[in-house]
Amino acid sequence: MKLTVWTYEGPPHVGAMRVATGMRDLHYVLHAPQGDTYADLLFTMIERRNHRPPVTFTTFQARDLGSDTADLFKTCAREAYERYQPQAMIVGASCTAELIQDDPGGLAETMGLPVPVIPLELPSYSRKENFGADETFFQLVRHLARPVDRTDRVTCNILGPTGLGFRHRDDVEELTGMLSEIGVQVNVVAPMGASPVDLTRLGAAHFNVLLYPETAETAARHLERTLGQPYTKTVPIGVGATRDFIAEVQEITGLTGRPDESRLRLPWWSASVDSTYLTGKRVFIFGDATHVAAQARIARDEMGFEVVGMGCYNREFARPLRKLATEYGVEALITDDYLEVEQAIEALAPEMILGTQMERHIGKRLGIPCAVISAPVHVQDFPARYSPQVGFEGANVIFDTLVHPLVMGLEEHLLAMFREDFEFHDAAGPSHHGGHAPKPVAPAPAAQPAPADEGSIPSEAGAPDETAPTKPVVQPDGSIHWLPCAEKELKKIPFFVRGKARRNTEKFAAERGVAEISVDTLYEAKAHYAR
Amino acid sequence: MNDHPDLSPVGRPARPAKGCGDAPVLHQRGQHEVFCGLTGIIWLHRKMQDAFFLVVGSRTCAHLLQSAAGVMIFAEPRFGTAILEEQDLAGLADAHEELDREVSRLLSRRPDIRQLFLVGSCPSEVIKLDLARAAERLTKVHAPHVRVLNYSGSGIETTFTQGEDACLAAMVPALPETNARQLLIAGALPDVVEDQMVGLLERMGIGPVRVLPAPRADGDLAVGSETVFALAQPFLGDTHAALVRRGARHIPAPFPFGEEGTTAWLRAIADEFGVDDATFEAVTAAPRARARKAVAAAAETLRDRSVFFFPDSQLELSLARFLTRECGMTALEVGMPYLNRQVIGAELDLIAEGPVLSEGQDVDRQLDRCRAAQPDLSVCGLGLANPLEAEGLTTKWAIELVFTPVHFYEQAGDLTALFARPIRRRDLLKLGVPSGGIEPPSVAPGLRPAATGEVAR
Ligand code: SF4
Ligand code: SF4
Repeated sequence: MKLTVWTYEGPPHVGAMRVATGMRDLHYVLHAPQGDTYADLLFTMIERRNHRPPVTFTTFQARDLGSDTADLFKTCAREAYERYQPQAMIVGASCTAELIQDDPGGLAETMGLPVPVIPLELPSYSRKENFGADETFFQLVRHLARPVDRTDRVTCNILGPTGLGFRHRDDVEELTGMLSEIGVQVNVVAPMGASPVDLTRLGAAHFNVLLYPETAETAARHLERTLGQPYTKTVPIGVGATRDFIAEVQEITGLTGRPDESRLRLPWWSASVDSTYLTGKRVFIFGDATHVAAQARIARDEMGFEVVGMGCYNREFARPLRKLATEYGVEALITDDYLEVEQAIEALAPEMILGTQMERHIGKRLGIPCAVISAPVHVQDFPARYSPQVGFEGANVIFDTLVHPLVMGLEEHLLAMFREDFEFHDAAGPSHHGGHAPKPVAPAPAAQPAPADEGSIPSEAGAPDETAPTKPVVQPDGSIHWLPCAEKELKKIPFFVRGKARRNTEKFAAERGVAEISVDTLYEAKAHYAR
Repeated sequence: MNDHPDLSPVGRPARPAKGCGDAPVLHQRGQHEVFCGLTGIIWLHRKMQDAFFLVVGSRTCAHLLQSAAGVMIFAEPRFGTAILEEQDLAGLADAHEELDREVSRLLSRRPDIRQLFLVGSCPSEVIKLDLARAAERLTKVHAPHVRVLNYSGSGIETTFTQGEDACLAAMVPALPETNARQLLIAGALPDVVEDQMVGLLERMGIGPVRVLPAPRADGDLAVGSETVFALAQPFLGDTHAALVRRGARHIPAPFPFGEEGTTAWLRAIADEFGVDDATFEAVTAAPRARARKAVAAAAETLRDRSVFFFPDSQLELSLARFLTRECGMTALEVGMPYLNRQVIGAELDLIAEGPVLSEGQDVDRQLDRCRAAQPDLSVCGLGLANPLEAEGLTTKWAIELVFTPVHFYEQAGDLTALFARPIRRRDLLKLGVPSGGIEPPSVAPGLRPAATGEVAR
């Protein structure tokens, strides 16, 4: 039993729903109680789908238990088939139905439906959403894909995009264009947009592009094993990764077409002088492993950030991410507990977070800007405009995404110069984000001097000190304390670096056994940490 | 004095020639597209400021709460899910120990918690994890600082708003006994609405007025045989029964939605307390006039339009009464999760015969009926709204009705506007047929659609 407030991933049957909803002419009969139908709104509200997910929930009730839940399942499956006439069906159980052990797969088997019915075994009490998507797609491919002649032209399948995916819609479009510039035609995109019949034709492609390992790696391996299709190992997110990906495709296919780089802007945008302010920004990266790995490379090699921490919530990819983290000289945080992520961020006090919607909220609390780079998704992650992550246009989009939450270039200096100015005052936050000033966090703990006792200047309402991104480092004996003059000086430092300044000064003081922080201590620490 | 056609001078609503009281009800037993009772935690935890709701369930339950809440209330919320894992399913004794451990950890981290609700879910019900026993045991351990109660919000037993009912009903047996004559109002209302309600009652000289749930556990809420009670929400059947078991007496009334509903609700209570017409009129005249004016302005858009209710919040009958009697709409179908005549009978009598009344759901068939009826407005859950809009129907998603202040006079205009806005939007947008939604993907180039059965088994 584990107490959870927010989760990065839904249950595995939600992963199966992402596969089914991304596809067409497939229907999913899910043995589940009525409340589980909430999952429909993920697709209709968050993704703004204009059709219901192709899922029939049996919605059994307490009074059905022990009597006719199995019959109920069969009735639902038959009616769903008759109404929707799908090319194939998948059947399975949600967490509650798993406990009543009706065996939807076995029941469906006995019904003699005229289409393939593929049973799903998704252990709800040990696995999660990404596993559910990956396993569902694998089962579909295993049951439906079969050897067929390769196409005359060089073709590939794009594997991994699903319903409710982070930028999947635009990634597929960008990738398809890029492949065609290399000379590769797309045979089937799956699950997104594919029907069961399309899956029978997967084997016609010469190779597979594994776009999102989280949702399609098992299927890609299976196709390699059974149909001899190699699959790409690089996910083309970022400039370097896109170039590597192109090389990998050329290697597999022997083609020499080179995608047009004339619209790629990230390199010059990063090299132009305004971006000097990006240099060395300390970033923490968290999300699904694929996006985290891609963003780490972009952050370090393409933006000039310093990666101070990284991690992922999907344990399936713990090993490769741990390995990658060591290359960056950091330790990977593998957890699905957002409180642990929050602690890590608080301790590292990065200047920016590249994360998920969860980290965006953590960032809000701590006053640290955050750019969203990975699922879990929210309605903002489905923008109306074209905004892929993959390929050269994706790199341009990512540059904008990473810069957007930050205070820009000269504005940083202006903030420092006109600290008292009503427009530039600290609590206002980046000038181009109306309402995004950091929210006050809980009053800082012990080590902070209580204004009344110390006679220091009380902080203005909602202003600097309450928005300080970090808590003071509390010494075991609770002895570190800020003299009023130093506290006042600290407030003169712009808010977006104040947290770091506070933390560094306290660390500096603690290391030297200094119990009282004066203005001198503050500046000695500043000199010590200067880079 | 009052010249409203539907109301007698003292504010008792006039019944239609033939109401829906005896109308046949269509019972549906198919896919229910309705949330489970866990959802109530989203508003209950804001209302009860020293309570924590601990769901004992699965990852699905946690995901439901998160999805229903959006991520809007990220600031450490007073709810969470103890997710059952494989080990817990193996042996029940362990599950109790694990629960004790999680509760102790939680309570030591959150000393502000005075009431802890152990909320049952489908998985905890199916494995027969006895949360009543757990609550008893944990109350002993953590008394007097924390009281531990339990109720079920499981989807196999409760729909959407029934979770609040189960929660309030669970609190009733634990209330202290009182012999004082008092009025108790059951139902969680937004603070501003609750204050208005209490103000109206007190100005008529009715009191003391108590409210369930109280904002804090240490209040003076008690119940006994001299208690009379009214329900502020139409989904409180179990709470009704629990209060009756404690000797309290129910004042049946239509529900306080709209000017008429609010007046009728207040009138029923005023009668119980012997309030004379003059006093009633003096207290309610001004807000009634305001409400009527506000409703009339927003109802322009609604007049002579038709409405179709999918079952969702259990407010459907009350809202149908409001929309047909005060806003000039025609109800085509009024679907509700379940029909409890004891609680909602007064509403049935006020709705003129005509609409299909349906209980339960078979969502595919109901969608067929809705498409055939082509209502001007469909009131439905979040899973259905966008698909229906894409088919050209105009929708109002019902969840907003439980998250927004809509009860009593001062909110009657807002309530009307909630229904009017989607219709006004449809009239305003000059975009032709909306494009850009995610269609069920079209056939990829070079591939032909398969005939049924083409994929070999
Ligand atoms: S229906 Fe049951 S299993 Fe599903 S979320 Fe509600 S309580 Fe949990
Ligand atoms: S307006 Fe902002 S981005 Fe442009 S130069 Fe000034 S500080 Fe930089």
